[in-house]
Amino acid sequence: MVDHAQKLANRVWQRHSRKQRLSRYGVFFVTLLVVVWAVRDIDIFWPWVWDAPTQIANLGGRMWPPSAAGLGAIIRALIETVHIATLATFLTIFIALPVSYIAAQNTTPNRACLWLGRFILVASRSVNTIIWALLFVAIFGPGVLAGILAIAFRSIGFIGKLMGEAIEEIDRRPVEAMQATGASKAKVIAYAIVPQVMPAFFAIVILRWDINIRESTVLGLVGAGGIGVILQSAIDTFAWPTVATILLAIIVLVLIGEAITGLLRRRVM
Amino acid sequence: MTPQRHWQKPPFIQNPWLRYGLWAGATLYLLWALGSLPFDWTRIAEGLPRAARIFSGGFPPSFERFDLLVTGFKESLQIALLATLLGVGLSIPCAVMAARNISPLPVYLLGRAIIILSRSFHPVIVAILFVAAVGFGPLAGIITLTLYSIGFVGKLLAEEIEEIDWGQVEAVRAAGGGFMAMLCYAVFPQILPRQVGLSMYQLDSNLRASAVVGIVGAGGIGSTLMNAFGRYDYAFAFAILLIIIAVILVSEGISGWVRKKIW
Repeated sequence: MVDHAQKLANRVWQRHSRKQRLSRYGVFFVTLLVVVWAVRDIDIFWPWVWDAPTQIANLGGRMWPPSAAGLGAIIRALIETVHIATLATFLTIFIALPVSYIAAQNTTPNRACLWLGRFILVASRSVNTIIWALLFVAIFGPGVLAGILAIAFRSIGFIGKLMGEAIEEIDRRPVEAMQATGASKAKVIAYAIVPQVMPAFFAIVILRWDINIRESTVLGLVGAGGIGVILQSAIDTFAWPTVATILLAIIVLVLIGEAITGLLRRRVM
Repeated sequence: MTPQRHWQKPPFIQNPWLRYGLWAGATLYLLWALGSLPFDWTRIAEGLPRAARIFSGGFPPSFERFDLLVTGFKESLQIALLATLLGVGLSIPCAVMAARNISPLPVYLLGRAIIILSRSFHPVIVAILFVAAVGFGPLAGIITLTLYSIGFVGKLLAEEIEEIDWGQVEAVRAAGGGFMAMLCYAVFPQILPRQVGLSMYQLDSNLRASAVVGIVGAGGIGSTLMNAFGRYDYAFAFAILLIIIAVILVSEGISGWVRKKIW
């Protein structure tokens, strides 16, 4: 009995049990191994790494001060960028809504449609915008159409997935009430489902438009139109002050986009 | 005899001027945008036969140069790992600096500025600049994704620090603990679960992004993909695309599973 009390008194508080500690050390050890492997195996010429800060500072020096020459062309390219983002978002709506309808568990006509819808959403989301752009540039040639299609194809997955979730969360009772009065399928959608998902729809589209503006600034690097085209050509001709101006213009565009979406979101919600 | 009443759905926008104005504005905008964009219709008309040629050339996807594919993915994984490690490591001091409740105003502004700066550009643009500065290869990719991780993890972590339970900080201070003791015993334990979750998410997100920054020359599978497209080797390009999708789905699954375990 005394022995037991002694044992209790001598206990030292420890945050983790032995098993927890072992598994933590195990995770640390594996992480360390992986990092060592990555550092040793990666194809990097190490003297360049130590030289990198000087090189980056050097490049920054060559960019300063930004040159105002070609500001007109930059602004035209910015407007083109906004057009690409907006038209692509607009196009996406028409494709994403039917897809979200068949990909939502409670509205899908049958299992096959459900899986088809889900497959479209996953395929669209797992290919990045710029890879879509590569594909469409190969098909339709360099230009804004490839950009619009690339952005639209990536956005289908985003808008479709979120809209599908919004449809799955609707209140069933208006739908049942409509069905009880003998309304047709189209009327059930128009009067029971659409009004419930309308706020979510606007919020999602506005959010995606904001993302699309950012994404459309890089499309031009693979030739799909927008500000990226002149950024790429300025970099190729080593016109670093112009590059700086373009970068500043992109920041301004992104900030304006963010301000507009913030304003719209407050209006809609 | 009362006249028969018809129920009409109330319009989504009450003000008729605003309602029809929006329609008119949207139509005008579409006309303006479609009219001013330079579409090269002759080139676009060639598109469908070209698409048929590309897809018939791309199927079945060819896994002949499998070792090239494995090398590309290995490099992407290494880029993602090192960038996540560096980025998450650097994002912790940035987040501490950018949390209003534990940093003085000048430090707070500096921290916010770092985070806003690293968030303002798409990683592909950052990558193309670093490729120009430090040359082609995974180094440019690592620097780019490190910056990308600092922006994302730093921002969310700073918000997390701003929402901690203040009682523990006061307790450590009352016991005479200094700033470092306060950080280690009162702040970090509270944000640790979120930190681990964010790191896993960022690893997944960096793996995706590393496939993309490679397209502008920053190493990894993206460079392999770009080369395949450049050589019109569509069978290999489609093979790479399929594997990219598969890897992304697997990594999303793993990262989601780990985050669920931790939270």
